[in-house]
Amino acid sequence: MGYNFKETMNKKERFAPGHRMCAGCGGAVCVRNVLRGLHEEDHAVIGNATGCLEVSSFMYPFTAWSDSYVHNAFENAGATLSGVEGAYKVLKRKGKIDETFKFITFGGDGGTYDIGLQSLSGAMERGHDLVYVCYDNGAYMNTGTQRSSATPQFADTTTTPVGSVSHGKPQIRKDLAAVIAAHNIPYVAQTTFVRNFKDLHVKAEKAIYTPGAAFLNVLAPCPRGWGYPTQDLLKICQLAVETNYWPLFEVVDGTWILNYEPKKKLPIEDFLRPQTRFKHLFKPGNEYLIEAFQNEVDRRFEELVKRCS
Amino acid sequence: MEDMKKRVQLSGNEAVATALRQINPDVFPAFPITPSTEIPQYFSNYVANGLVDTEFIPVESEHSSMSAAVGASAAGARSLTATSSCGLALMWEELHVAASNRLPLALTLVCRALSGPININCDHSDSMGARDCGWLQIYAEDNQEAYDNMVQAYRISEHPDVRLPIMICQDGFITSHAVMDMELLPDKVVKDFVGEYEPERYLLNENGTMAIGPYAITDYYMEARRAQAQGILNAKKVILDVAREFEKISGRKYGLFEEYRMDDAEYAMVLIGSAAGTAKDAVDKMREAGKKVGLIKIRVFRPFPAEELAAALSKVKGIAIMDRSESFSSNGGPIGSELTQALYHARCKAFTVNYMYGLGGRDLQVIHVEEIFEELMALEAKGDPKDSVSYRYVGLRDIADPDHKQISYLCKPENSEQA
Repeated sequence: MGYNFKETMNKKERFAPGHRMCAGCGGAVCVRNVLRGLHEEDHAVIGNATGCLEVSSFMYPFTAWSDSYVHNAFENAGATLSGVEGAYKVLKRKGKIDETFKFITFGGDGGTYDIGLQSLSGAMERGHDLVYVCYDNGAYMNTGTQRSSATPQFADTTTTPVGSVSHGKPQIRKDLAAVIAAHNIPYVAQTTFVRNFKDLHVKAEKAIYTPGAAFLNVLAPCPRGWGYPTQDLLKICQLAVETNYWPLFEVVDGTWILNYEPKKKLPIEDFLRPQTRFKHLFKPGNEYLIEAFQNEVDRRFEELVKRCS
Repeated sequence: MEDMKKRVQLSGNEAVATALRQINPDVFPAFPITPSTEIPQYFSNYVANGLVDTEFIPVESEHSSMSAAVGASAAGARSLTATSSCGLALMWEELHVAASNRLPLALTLVCRALSGPININCDHSDSMGARDCGWLQIYAEDNQEAYDNMVQAYRISEHPDVRLPIMICQDGFITSHAVMDMELLPDKVVKDFVGEYEPERYLLNENGTMAIGPYAITDYYMEARRAQAQGILNAKKVILDVAREFEKISGRKYGLFEEYRMDDAEYAMVLIGSAAGTAKDAVDKMREAGKKVGLIKIRVFRPFPAEELAAALSKVKGIAIMDRSESFSSNGGPIGSELTQALYHARCKAFTVNYMYGLGGRDLQVIHVEEIFEELMALEAKGDPKDSVSYRYVGLRDIADPDHKQISYLCKPENSEQA
């Protein structure tokens, strides 16, 4: 698939400026670029789980969404869009709608990995023709950086604070892309903002235009929750990929495809060091924690490579 | 045959499912729960045999069934779901979302007790627990009423003056599973009565977008709630208008409540749902013995017909308010609270006693109703019945009374001297 950066970036915006997301927010970048995957002539209905994105983009009486948009609650973006898609099918059948509508829903990791997992699983299993996009910033950022099941091990969050007897979050993160792939849906992909957004753009378009249920897991860093300078968003994403913390892959009709393998994998410290949520790992005596983190990253990547071969 | 009314023998669940087949809604997400399960089951058969155009979505929980119904309704489709008990409790958040987004969707509720202990039988703790969620609530005494109410539901809910979701309630097992002789309207008559759903604003509008479910803080929230309250205020007239039109196609008359032998009644019982049949038998029996008793069966609980009930009860001496659900307020049940407030505002002179009955499927018997009326008369004879504590239970098990001689039990604190 040809990718023209300039052309893609010059597509008409479907997510208007003037929303209230923080400067440097990965969530907003995720939304703009997923929506660029839509063909301009197609309508869309956008769903949204409660979270930063919802409260910052649709504050009555203003909306940043140029497409039809539905926010229902925190845990039910999957079910809500199932109903919208069901309505589309029947209204189309009855001849009440002629034109094409696509269905995309956004949820943060809290609304997707945790409280919305059942609703998401149901929507995926039933095979509704929709895309669920998780903008994964690895914690409940809207309520002030509480841990989620997407939070990486050892991260300092407000519910897993580092203390005299705590190194941050004790548990490793859930592998949600694999969980959703186990639903045997036609398309699952993991991506983030690298290589001029090509990976994200191509995957968004594929997800939107693959008939049936599709899932995108997009690493969407949060400068406030992670503690890195706002302007370093793309640098952080690049480090996540080059350290194999966030591998880029797709699962197409059950076939796992690794989209990128760093020629020279960077050590995980390079990803951890710029983030204040991992500051404690660099205290003398805590080297073993970094080693444990590195081992987990390597173990997961090996497992992924095995799946992809 | 197609265009003729039909006498049939149906359970309440099949009656409602039949009404739904005739209505042919657009989207029906559902999740099984006793005793409402049969409604989506019957409906799935209509789908499987091409009798409806509906998109049936077998979701993974009741929270999702209401969430999907909300999504479908926002999208511009006529939608509904069915549930009971814990299913409704799980939807609680979504009930508010549906109402506050002014979505005209329907819920066919088969009333069942809430846990615990876990119990599958009838009481009204589910629907009464949802009474402040902004939904319209209409109750049925029997299968015919459940069917008739379902046929009228969308006309009320979708009316531009109302635009609120509607709960069509019937009693678990007592009407949902008991088969009753009843009359069905012809398919075409129902279809024409209900009409096509033509929303003004909806997500799938090709000629304009819509955003629904905003974040609104102190500067707009209160106005949204006030606007929502107007829908409930307007609903009473719409319900009566729709009932009048329904009478034209069915010959059956409906109001906000039914008055039974109330003309010269000195003592009245007020209740909701299937126990009305038993109460009517008891009223007949007592009338034969020359006792001036009557019954009011509330059909519409939301909006609450406060003034109308107070007017209907303005001449009685004593009122037994029957609640089939606890509200654990230490002050009686939900109908007790709402009705006494209405009577107070109307400066009604009657005294009231609030009885809890029928919890978890316990039968209310004719003898119970008679005893309650006798109790009202005795209180009146005592002189100042307003002194009496008005929170009582009927039909409890009592190991000290193996022959069930005592029917009515006063509720009072164990650690006080209160009589």
